[in-house]
Amino acid sequence: MALRAIASRKTLAALGSGLRAQARLATTAAAAAASRGLVTFSLPDLPYDYGALEPAVSAEIMQLHHQKHHQSYVTNYNKALEQLEDAVARDDAPAVVKLQSAIKFNGGGHINHSIFWKNLAPIHEGGGEPPKGSLGWAIDADFGSWEAFVQKMNAEGAALQGSGWVWLGLDKEFKKLVVETTANQDPLVTKGANLVPLIGIDVWEHAYYLQYKNAKPDYLKNIWKVIDWKYASEVYEKECR
Amino acid sequence: MSANTMSYHWGKHHRSYVDNLNKQILGTELQGKSLEDVIVQTYNNGDLHPAFNNAAQVWNHDFFWDSMKPGGGGKPSGELLKLIERDFGSFEKFAEEFRAAAATQFGSGWAWLAFNPRPSDGKELVVLKTPNAVNPLVLGYTALLTIDVWEHAYYLDYQNRRPDYISIFMEKLVSWDAVSAKLEVAKAQAA
Repeated sequence: MALRAIASRKTLAALGSGLRAQARLATTAAAAAASRGLVTFSLPDLPYDYGALEPAVSAEIMQLHHQKHHQSYVTNYNKALEQLEDAVARDDAPAVVKLQSAIKFNGGGHINHSIFWKNLAPIHEGGGEPPKGSLGWAIDADFGSWEAFVQKMNAEGAALQGSGWVWLGLDKEFKKLVVETTANQDPLVTKGANLVPLIGIDVWEHAYYLQYKNAKPDYLKNIWKVIDWKYASEVYEKECR
Repeated sequence: MSANTMSYHWGKHHRSYVDNLNKQILGTELQGKSLEDVIVQTYNNGDLHPAFNNAAQVWNHDFFWDSMKPGGGGKPSGELLKLIERDFGSFEKFAEEFRAAAATQFGSGWAWLAFNPRPSDGKELVVLKTPNAVNPLVLGYTALLTIDVWEHAYYLDYQNRRPDYISIFMEKLVSWDAVSAKLEVAKAQAA
């Protein structure tokens, strides 16, 4: 599906040139890396318009979040992987170790945001509807009720200090659902090797600030109106087969 | 730095840290202690107590407002400039290091120019970056200058463009007078 944007003509023009420049840079770098047989990652398209999640999340935020923040993680992840390959090739162990934090930040950022876009959908496409089927029952079983689950996610998300994510995860060893937080762009797996992310809510300030300012709890309350459970249910059912 | 940003940053964020800290320490043994003491005690050598975040953020924001002035920017002079040139090679090299620290602090945090009273390499001035609420006090250093790089500090004015925010801070906001004054105090204490 092609990249879509909701914007005024003026913004679109400015955005277009910036985006073309960015895409050119990313494509050139990717082409260069690909010619060396290196796997490169790319920014996934959103399956909905930037404005499709309003009023819960503004078009302005969706656009910046996707085209600037997520793109930046992808670009820097690819850069770090290329540098890693070079370091490994010349047996430079200190350089390999030094690159780990850049890989964690940027790779984590790419992983987490890719899941996040799949966790969201416009209301007319099912966003906001709680899950049915086995995942719905599991939420009731493991948290007591849907309301208790949402409250727990929101409490943990609100209490997180600094930047990070709040997750609904599946512990695939014990087949239990858990609510967890991770700092910065740490993927959920850093909290437990058996944890599979189902729903992630970005609580970095860039995820809500332009619209909600310091009122993080309001953002958390409202984002449930566009949280979509199709992806989460698919992952859950696959792991619990 | 827009008035809009200031009204949220000082009026909401900083105010919240103050209100929440007061609520948190009420009736505990932390009540009545100086802010610096609360910070060091709740830092607990990295095993943070719940009040650390609020306490340190209160202090950090006080310090941040003090690091700036209207019509700021330019270059330091006198003793401060001398020490910067001694420990970094030149003001330009210091500025580059400070900007890089601010730009590469991943997630939320701060970049600092600090005074180390007991340097192992003879360099008393250091640039550091710290995550979330951590500050140089907990390392035994004296803070001289800081820039807030939590997204709330720049997002309304610069969105994702943190480097632009850092540039404007250096060019138009930093109060070298305040930094010099703090250096004098730090040297006096170390003597």
